[in-house]
Amino acid sequence: MLVLENVHTHYGKIEALHGVSVEVKKGEIVSLIGANGAGKTTLLMTVCGSPQASSGRVILEGRDITNEPTSQIMRSGISIVPEGRRVFSGLTVEENLHMGGFFNTKAEIRKSQDHVYDLFPRLKEREHQRAGTMSGGEQQMLAIGRALMSKPRMIILDEPSLGLAPIVIQQIFEIIGQLREEGITVFLVEQNAHQALNLADRGYVLETGRIRLHDTGKNLLANPDVRNAYLGG
Amino acid sequence: MAAQNLKHALFCAFITVIIAYPILGLNLVAEGTSVKLEGANTATVVNVFLAAVAVFLFQVFRDNIMGVFGKVPNLNPLAKRGPVPQEKRLLMERVFFVAIILLALIWPFIVSRGAVDLATLVLIYIMLALGLNVVVGLAGLLDLGYVAFYAVGAYTFALLSQYFGISFWLALPIGALLAALFGFVLGFPVLRLRGDYLAIVTLGFGEIIRILLNNWTSLTGGPNGIGGIPDPTLFGMEFGRRVKEEGNVSFHETFGIAYSGEHKVIFLYLIALVLAIFTLLVIRRFMRMPVGRAWEALREDEIAARSLGMSRTAVKLSAFTIGAFFAGFAGTVFASKQGFISPESFVFLESAIILAIVVLGGMGSQVGVILAAIAVTILPELAREFSEYRMLIFGAAMVLMMVWRPQGLLPMRRIQIELKEQG
Repeated sequence: MLVLENVHTHYGKIEALHGVSVEVKKGEIVSLIGANGAGKTTLLMTVCGSPQASSGRVILEGRDITNEPTSQIMRSGISIVPEGRRVFSGLTVEENLHMGGFFNTKAEIRKSQDHVYDLFPRLKEREHQRAGTMSGGEQQMLAIGRALMSKPRMIILDEPSLGLAPIVIQQIFEIIGQLREEGITVFLVEQNAHQALNLADRGYVLETGRIRLHDTGKNLLANPDVRNAYLGG
Repeated sequence: MAAQNLKHALFCAFITVIIAYPILGLNLVAEGTSVKLEGANTATVVNVFLAAVAVFLFQVFRDNIMGVFGKVPNLNPLAKRGPVPQEKRLLMERVFFVAIILLALIWPFIVSRGAVDLATLVLIYIMLALGLNVVVGLAGLLDLGYVAFYAVGAYTFALLSQYFGISFWLALPIGALLAALFGFVLGFPVLRLRGDYLAIVTLGFGEIIRILLNNWTSLTGGPNGIGGIPDPTLFGMEFGRRVKEEGNVSFHETFGIAYSGEHKVIFLYLIALVLAIFTLLVIRRFMRMPVGRAWEALREDEIAARSLGMSRTAVKLSAFTIGAFFAGFAGTVFASKQGFISPESFVFLESAIILAIVVLGGMGSQVGVILAAIAVTILPELAREFSEYRMLIFGAAMVLMMVWRPQGLLPMRRIQIELKEQG
């Protein structure tokens, strides 16, 4: 589904990714974990083409998207839930969702909207409320719902548990599991390593711009190095 | 507390004196070849002193006075009314809109020629402000060189009429399209810029256009400007006393009425009115279309908007181009109204005034921007007597507005449905 081959990414002269190779297969949940500044978000942004990889290749469903503009990539069956939610706080929940289906027809929007409300009944209750007035968990649900509006085959989540209460995090991860059952491929970036690896089919550990470890989620959870570094021993 | 109040009040009174005395009291008197400074007469000194005392007293008892004001219950009786039902509100809006247009239509026939002229200027500013509102208010791109597009529109008409004898009606779309093209071209280099940097580049662009017009003497006449710009015609009918162009007839002869200079002024006003309404409706339409929502989305959160597949390039360029298009429109009307244009009319101050109108009116709000355009154009005319202090008053008004109503006169309201309370 998504393949990164030996990707290098630079911010100006500083290299943030030193040759990263990652593969996400169709229908999988793949987690990427790593400490602050390891380059997790950079990796995701490279997939989205902002910044573009300075060398290596990014391949989405067999198509080389390394040098495609962001707007093009984001319209080809892939969706991202950006870090820190970034809902349009002045718009209502419904309007936010409509922005997610910006390039779809009205009928398609209606259908995906009903689907999102099925997944998140809470959003249905708040349909006409301004997004900025909702709680963090609700905003995260909205951000995920908005990303689903374009009917993506693959969804990328950047730290969906950031700043949320444990019970809400639990809900969010349940929803992510549900997405897999619908056949959506999930690429998850998390600091909350325990939850992320528990849910994932496979996981990657990123350290200072390099992939350190790569294994199934269960194995990584059991790995003593991972336990020491990311799970608090 | 009291001591501090007293100190503050003394300071305010002192400031009052040192500002008011030189402005009101000192006079420059010409005596032969030299200029002499003359002090104030007694009456002025007494007045300034009384004013200082008034300021002092107000500041000393400020808390008490403001307290009394605070106790006045419910200054605005409309503040607490419930939301009006959707259909009723739409109907009210429509009735209000039609009433305003009707008033604007009969306006030139009941007031003096000067007032009609001023109203035409107001309409030109309304067009400019509505156009800039797209760029600044909706797309959130701070453009300090907007007057450049206005100049492009005006000069397009002036040059086309001078060299090719093209009429107003043909020059109108050409001027607007050329201005739009300039907006499009300027859009490219500034796409990557944000905030302050964008403002500086657009400011530079505005100056480049003005300086170019000033120095390209062979084409534009430089500081001498271009004169003899023809008036618009009504289906080939001219408004002058004598017909200038071969084949045209004059308006007053066709209808068999006496010649009057007012016909032309009124006609120009009506053209400006129609174009202003056209601008209003087209931009209103844009705001409700996907591109309008994309402008706002990009302004609210660029990363989120891009993550949804919106192209930053296309969205920003469209805002710049559409904004510039209407500035070109306004420029053509302006050139026709003045009959003479020079780079003097397109200085940075014009950009600043248009921007001030947008900010005063409330970013993104069309009604607010129209009200602000009227206020900003008419108030200086009404305050002719204080014309030397116009900019001072203007600046003070801006500061006060920003302190009391930073969101503008009538901030933009999104169309939304009110939730009914359950129970």
